[in-house]
Amino acid sequence: MSESEQSGRRAFLGATAAAAAAGLGFVALAPGMQLIKFAEAKAGMAGASSKVRWGMLIDTTRCATGCTDCVTACATENAIDPGSGRPGQSSQWIRKIELKEQSTGREISLPMMCQHCADPPCVDVCPTGASFKRADGIVLVDRHTCIGCRYCMMACPYKARSFVHETLTQQNPEVPRGKGCVESCTLCVQRVDKGQEPACVEACSKGDHTAMLFGDLNNPTSEIARRIATTASSQVRADLRLDPGVRYQGI
Amino acid sequence: MKPLLATLPARAKQYLFIALLCLAAPVSIAGVPKPVLTIENPGECVAPPEVIRRTHMDLLQHQRDKTLREGQRGARISLNACINCHASKSTGSVLGSNENFCQGCHAYVAVKLDCFECHQPRTGIAKATGVKP
Repeated sequence: MSESEQSGRRAFLGATAAAAAAGLGFVALAPGMQLIKFAEAKAGMAGASSKVRWGMLIDTTRCATGCTDCVTACATENAIDPGSGRPGQSSQWIRKIELKEQSTGREISLPMMCQHCADPPCVDVCPTGASFKRADGIVLVDRHTCIGCRYCMMACPYKARSFVHETLTQQNPEVPRGKGCVESCTLCVQRVDKGQEPACVEACSKGDHTAMLFGDLNNPTSEIARRIATTASSQVRADLRLDPGVRYQGI
Repeated sequence: MKPLLATLPARAKQYLFIALLCLAAPVSIAGVPKPVLTIENPGECVAPPEVIRRTHMDLLQHQRDKTLREGQRGARISLNACINCHASKSTGSVLGSNENFCQGCHAYVAVKLDCFECHQPRTGIAKATGVKP
């Protein structure tokens, strides 16, 4: 290679490096070929960390019978519209359950939703890999790969998942949802990624019940970890050994 | 005397037909009007238009996995950011008519547009509580 050719190549590489450093992001190598550089150092781009495990502690002694603030807040945040006229088919990410112990007459009320298991059966059975667990323990459905087979709905012991039967038009821009896919509670992942609590937890504390506590189960200094370490809490269907991230007190 | 066409062998007739078709083809292509798109919020896009035209689907597909599966938020490539700049001011949407940004080109090139079966194509939808203004 001649000297002039070498210097020409150096100048070309230098120019492309300078263009990349200038934040253009796109560098033309040749006609039709581009180097694409993503600005991944930006704030909020760190993503979900496996050091964190998001969980929830629900104190059923504080949960008020007949109160549906959490269900309403979930519907508002995630644009879940029950107005199809077929209530049996509408999506249900969270529901209120009233229980009564027959022998003593003791009544309790609790919200039930996706329990964000550490070993989720919905992920085990998914044939396409659409059902997955994020590094921080949130169990989600990737609608891009969901084929709507509904195996996960069958596998879930908490009956937490719903299938979207009809065309939707009123989605929240941050929460894409559509016909033909299975969906469930996302722990309001779009809020959690911004450092906020899920909508149901916020509504519960606004309504002065504070029955729901959200936090990092892995962080020993977080309130949820301290409460779990000091007071009795239980997992629903603990016999299945799925290690749910949602725990209950007083059941 | 036979007509000239009848005297030609079958293979030659085929070639003649193809040659006539080739002559006619450019006329019909020129007849399809190119989409006229209004960019409502002109400004700096994430990449030059010629790059975006060729690679927007790859950019979006790459980023969607990063965002959904790895939880990376606030990326430079974002479908919501596309919609916020390109939604028509009259309909508030990137769909709805062939003058609107996404639909206009996709109708012209006859490529099905699946994004908006789940994603919201309109701006000005009541933002959820978790969306920062």
